Order: sequence, then C-alpha cells, then structure tokens
Amino acid sequence: MGLALLFAIWLITLVSSYFFYSDTWQMLPLASVHGSAIDQQMRLTMVLMGVVFLAAQLGLGLFVWKYRDRGTGSATYFHGHTGLEWTWTVLTAILFVGLNLMGYNVWAANRFQGASPGALQVEVTAVQFAWYFRYAGPDGKFGRIQPLQADASQGNEAAIGLDQTDPASQDDIVTTVLVLPENQEVDALLRAQDVIHNFNVPAMRVKQDVVPGLLIHTHFIPSKAGEYELACAELCGLGHYKMTAMVKVVSREDFEKWMAERVAEKQQ
Amino acid sequence: MSEAHVETAVHAHTAPTGFIRKYIFSLDHKVIGLQYYFLALVAVFVGIFLSLLMRIHLMWPTASLPWIGEIKPETYLTLLTMHGTIMVFFVLTTAPQSGFGNYVLPIQIGAPDMAFPVLNMLSFWITFLSFAVMLAAFFVEGGAPLSGWTQYPPLSAIPSAGPGQGLGMDLWIISIALFCAASLMGALNFITTVLDLRARGMSLMRMPLTCWTWFVTAMLALLAFGVLAAAGILLLLDRNAGTSFFVPGGLMVTGVPIKHQGGSPLLWQHLFWFFGHPEVYIAILPGMGVASQVLSTFSRKPIFGYKAMVYAILAIAVLGFLVWGHHMFMSGLSPYSAFAFSVLTMAIGVPSAIKTFNWLGTIWRGRVRLASPMLFAIGFVSLFVSGGLSGPFLAQPVLDIYLHDSYFVVAHFHLIMGVAAIFGIFAGTYYWFPKMFGRMMHEGWAKAHFWLTFVGTYAIFMPMHYLGMAGHPRRYSELTQVKFLEPLMSLQHFITIAAIITIAAQFIFVFNLFWSMLKGKKASDNPWEATTLEWTTSTPPPHDNFGGRVPVVRHGPYEYSVPGAPRDYTMQDEEVEIAKH
Repeated sequence: MGLALLFAIWLITLVSSYFFYSDTWQMLPLASVHGSAIDQQMRLTMVLMGVVFLAAQLGLGLFVWKYRDRGTGSATYFHGHTGLEWTWTVLTAILFVGLNLMGYNVWAANRFQGASPGALQVEVTAVQFAWYFRYAGPDGKFGRIQPLQADASQGNEAAIGLDQTDPASQDDIVTTVLVLPENQEVDALLRAQDVIHNFNVPAMRVKQDVVPGLLIHTHFIPSKAGEYELACAELCGLGHYKMTAMVKVVSREDFEKWMAERVAEKQQ
Repeated sequence: MSEAHVETAVHAHTAPTGFIRKYIFSLDHKVIGLQYYFLALVAVFVGIFLSLLMRIHLMWPTASLPWIGEIKPETYLTLLTMHGTIMVFFVLTTAPQSGFGNYVLPIQIGAPDMAFPVLNMLSFWITFLSFAVMLAAFFVEGGAPLSGWTQYPPLSAIPSAGPGQGLGMDLWIISIALFCAASLMGALNFITTVLDLRARGMSLMRMPLTCWTWFVTAMLALLAFGVLAAAGILLLLDRNAGTSFFVPGGLMVTGVPIKHQGGSPLLWQHLFWFFGHPEVYIAILPGMGVASQVLSTFSRKPIFGYKAMVYAILAIAVLGFLVWGHHMFMSGLSPYSAFAFSVLTMAIGVPSAIKTFNWLGTIWRGRVRLASPMLFAIGFVSLFVSGGLSGPFLAQPVLDIYLHDSYFVVAHFHLIMGVAAIFGIFAGTYYWFPKMFGRMMHEGWAKAHFWLTFVGTYAIFMPMHYLGMAGHPRRYSELTQVKFLEPLMSLQHFITIAAIITIAAQFIFVFNLFWSMLKGKKASDNPWEATTLEWTTSTPPPHDNFGGRVPVVRHGPYEYSVPGAPRDYTMQDEEVEIAKH
C-alpha cells in the first residue's frame, strides 16, 4: 500500500508538472507590449512554485513508503526542532514576499500611472450582452451620453445613449469591432450600462472589471497586427458566455484609412 | 492561562427519554453533531448532483436529460450558483466545524457537553431551516438565482437583470441570513466551551490540534458572519425597500431605466469578501486539525512542532482578515491597495507552508500505518500542497490580470476546498466512526473509495489549471462562442468523464457508512490506539461522555512512542511520568 501510494503521488506529480511546462496548453500568443513582463513573471512563478511542488509531493510520497510500519522498531520520539522551524519559516517568507516584490514593478508600471497624453482614446461600453466602442472623431471630443436613452434597436450610436443634441457627438464613431493601430498606446475608457462586466483581451494581457457608476481607464499598447478575442470575464447574466467582440489590430496606415472611411460615412 | 474547571451545572439534566427528546430536539452535543453531519451529507449530494449536471451540459450542450429536460444557459448559471452556495455553506462550513466539532470537542477537552446545550440545539434547527429555504428557491417562480454564490450587484440587486433574480434571489438572502444567525450562535458556544469547560490539566497548550482549529474557526465565524448578514440585509433592502446601497444611478437593464441612485457595487464586494475570505479559512482549518490528529496517530509520533502549529493557526486566522482585497484586484480598486493586499496574501502562505513542513516532519521517522483515516490525511496534505501553490500566482495582481475569473481560479479553490477540505471530512469520518457508532467501517471499501477519489479528483481539477493558463474564462454556460476555447474542448471532456467516475465512487462511501452502522465489525474503545481523551471513554460514549468520571489531564495530546513506555501510546490522562523533551 505504501509503495502504491508513493507511485500514485509521484505519477500524478510528474504528469501534471509535465503538462505545466509542455506546449500542449499554453498562454495565448502575446500581442501587447506590457504583456512580456507579465509573461516573464508568470514563468518565474511557475518555475519557483514548480520546484516547491515537486519537492513537497515527491517528499510526501517517499516518506509514506520509507517510514512504513515494518512490524518492528519504533518511531523516533521528538516534538520538533526549533532551529529547523525558524529556518524554513524565514526561507518561505523570503521566497513568497520576494516573488511578490519582483512582480511589483510590473504592476506599478502598468497601473500606477494612466495613459500618456498622446494615447488613442477609445470609450468601451459594456451592456448585457454586447460591446460597443466609441472613437471621438476629428474633433477629438467625446459627445455627451444620456444613459437612460440607450436603445440598441436604433443602431450603435443609440445603443450607447449618444446624445445627438450635443455638437461634439456629431462626429463620434461607434462600432462593435475594436479596431486599433499597431504600436500605439490605447487609453480605454470603460463604462457599463447595467451590471458589472469585464473587459478581457487575454492575448494582450488586459483585464479590467467594467463597473456601473464608475468610469475606469485601462491602457495598453498592441504590439502585433491580427485579430484577438475580447471575452467578458465577469458573470453578467444569461448571455455572459456570448458577450464577445473582435479586437482588430492593423498597421497605422490601415487604421488611418479605416478611420477616414468611418468619418466619411458619418458625413453622408 | 489558568486551567479551567468543569462546570457541573452545565449538565444538570439527566439523559433524555423518548424519541423526540433523544433524536430530534436533543440537547446532547453528540446527537447535534451527527444531525449537522447528516445535513451536510444530504447537502453534499445535492451539490454534487448540481455539478454533475453542469459537467454533462458542458460536454453535451444540447442533451435533454430525463425529467430535467434541456439545460438552458440560465439553468446552467443557476446550477453554478446553487452548487457553490450549498457546498460552501451547508457542507464545508457545516460538517468540519459544526459536525465533528460538536461531537468531538467536548469529549476531547474532558467536558460533559458544550457550554450552551439549548443554544446548540437551536443553532442546528436554524441551519436546517436555512437549508430548507435555500432549496425552496429552486421551486418558486423564476427559480433559483443565477448570479454566482458571490452575488455581485447590480446583477443580484435588480430582479429584471436575469431569470431567477426575483423571489429566488430573496429566498437565497433569507436563507443565508438564517445561516449567519445559526453560525454566530455556534461560534459563541464553541468559544465559551473551550475557554471554560476544559478538564483539569487540559491547558490550552495541551489541547489536541483539532480543538485549536475548532476554537479559532469559531472566532473567525464570530467576526465574519455578522458582516455577511449585514451585507445580505442591505441587498434585501435594495431589492425590496427602494434603498440604493449597491446600485448607482443611470442604469438601463433590458431597455428599462432602473430607479436606484447613489450606490456602489464595490461596497458589496468589500463586505462580501471581508466575510468571504475568513470563510475559506473556516472551511479548511478544521480539516488541518484533523490532518494533524490523524497523521500523528498513524505515524505513532508526536505532531512535529506543536507550538508552531498553534501559532500558524493563529497567524492564518489574523492574516485571513487582512487579505479580502485579493478577490478584488480587477474590480476597480486602487492599485496601491492592491499591492498592500497582495503582500499580505503572500504572507499568509507562510503559516500554511509551516503547517505542511510540520506534517511532513510528523511522518518522517515515524511508523506509518496506512489505515483508511491515514490515507485520507495523506491525501489531504498532497491536495493542500497542490491547491495552495496556485495561490502565489493569484496573489500577484500582475498575474491576476491574466488569471482572474479563469479556470485557474476554479482549480485553485476546488483543490483546497472542494477536495482537501472534503478529504479532511473523510479522514474525520473514518477516524471517529468507531467512536460514534461502536462499529468499524469496512476497510476494503474505504480503501477503494480513497483510491478512486484521490486519483479522480486530481483528474478533475489539475487540468483546470491548464484551461486557465490558456485563457479559459469561468462561469461560461456554453463554450461554443469563443474561438480560442476550441482547442480546449478535449480537456473539458476529459474533466467531465473524470467527474462522472469520481462522483460514482462516492456511493461506495455512502454505502459503507450506512452498512457499517448496522453490520460493521464491533469496535473496541480505542481501535486506533490513540492518545486523546475521546479514546479513554467507552464506544459509543455515554450521555455525559465519561460515565460520571471526571478526567484529569496529565500529558500533551500526542505522546506516541515515548521511550521506556510500555506501549507506543500514552493516553492524555494516564498516570505516568514522561520526561520533558
């Protein structure tokens, strides 16, 4: 029984460790600038926790077999070892707190300051169960929103409650696809119309709750052209599983072209 | 602290007669403990059934099941909400603390009963009522709520925000409020019992570690459940009395303006998680106590580092109140407070690690007997390590950006709560069953149950880490709308198959439990050759636990393999000298 237990614990440990490090199921391919520091911290944590995992589980399996009752002899009578106790307490504290402090710089860089002044501002509206994206248009100003006038049946602008009586609203562009230029910082302004949602673009290592009553900023720099999925990550009701949108990152020229086309459409 | 004396006034009543006084409205902590245990047993099967339906739906989304029909997205979310609620409250807060704690604590400290037997009886029946109200939510118009056991407003505060968010949601809140009241009563009882009713010689530092965990867990419950009750009442008022604690102005739900103004959804999260984090320690600490008790008994060795174990329990309890913000890293909290919560959360990993090292140290150089309680205690350690080590990932806000609300979180809390804590319950059951029922459980079936469950639960929950690393969000009722989930379907299917097999294996346990009560081999007073006071009395114990004898404690709780002693175990009340080490 002891040998079977050792075998089982070791096998489970080694098989699960293998899959943590193999390429079978990995983080989505990275598509943002700040994400590389996050991925690095993830890998470091994985290695350190992996070492502890292997040591603890393999040790447990070994002890259970090695110290099995063989019918003779007795257990060694001791109540502990204070020196050992202090040693592993201090080492564990250094490991855990140290790991945390290493991640601190990455967190600080991402969150302690807002987007830089030249960032592209996009307002993101989350509503059961769709995403809308608003660009300020040539005047660079977002028009007024009247939330209680929102009406999704009347098109994108009406869906977010855009107040057409405000002159700044006239050139605002509202889409259901988030188009972004490569390598330019984006300042996303997140607002929710009804319940808490979450702006989650895993390929870009971007995630932020969108909370009714709050306007929350999050900023990032898309680093690679392509199409990435935005999938709501806060339970928001029965359509939570299909509250998705596409994030299309294109070259700067293509973005300018796309924007010019949208502006022209609005002027017709 | 001075040693307490037994209050004989506590047990002024004689043994009850008649079926109602003996088994229904009993004041005897042993009966009440078993009542809680069996309530939890019913609850766990309800909870497991709900999760089975969830897993079947994820693998076969269009399947129509007998009597239940097709599982719609809102049904899935209801299953998810009620699964979490029932498991966290009616299983993990009930069996380890109110079940085993009620039965074993008074005997282990040498007392004839809990300090407040009438309060004890009331606390059980209010818990029973709470469970009935919770189940009623399934059957009212609209059904049970779908906003997760965490019930974040505005989704939980606005009845029109989803099916089941009407009367079902109100019943959920009322049920939880009742549960809070019952828990507070239980907490008062446990704390008073430990402080006042310990037998002569049973100093706090001679208490079995099980008693320490029941004591500290009660303190957590006393401080945390009041906050949940308050939050629940505020939510009930927002829903029914026109207040706006949690709902801001300007909301439109399904095209209808909502009349609330001025509330904050984040306030709910602070209140809920201020309770919710200590709650998870309430769920695990008693299991840690049982693991220590069983590992020591079946290694024939004192627990390694008893004092450090006590300090670790206390550190976990104190720090447990300071980390609630780690559930809110992505909520819109100040990033500075996120950093503070993060450091404190990493700190709480330290006492947990100490306990793990000490469990390993207990086995080291022991004489390990692999009876069924020991198998589950060893399983507990393995699963606690696995579940605990995903904590340092989630504790770092910068990694939580990627992992929040993904299956990585689901893996983390299931391995600790949904498996390790359950293994603590199994270990306690197999260990104390002989004392409770006077018979042994069938050892062969117990071992079969262990193997299937140990391997099975790893097969279910270890793969969920990989799902999370691949970005798989949680609480999705269908998996067909997101392209990056496509390569993960085979893993989801594997998990479902593992779940079906593991759930089936639990019937071995239930069968063993009831069969052994009637037909199990008769048990001696101390079949495990253990040292703590419950093993000095008859099996099952008499009404006043010690048959008129007043125990006097002379040793620590884990004096195994004392050099020069006639046996490899020395009972806590044995009249023999043990040289100080």
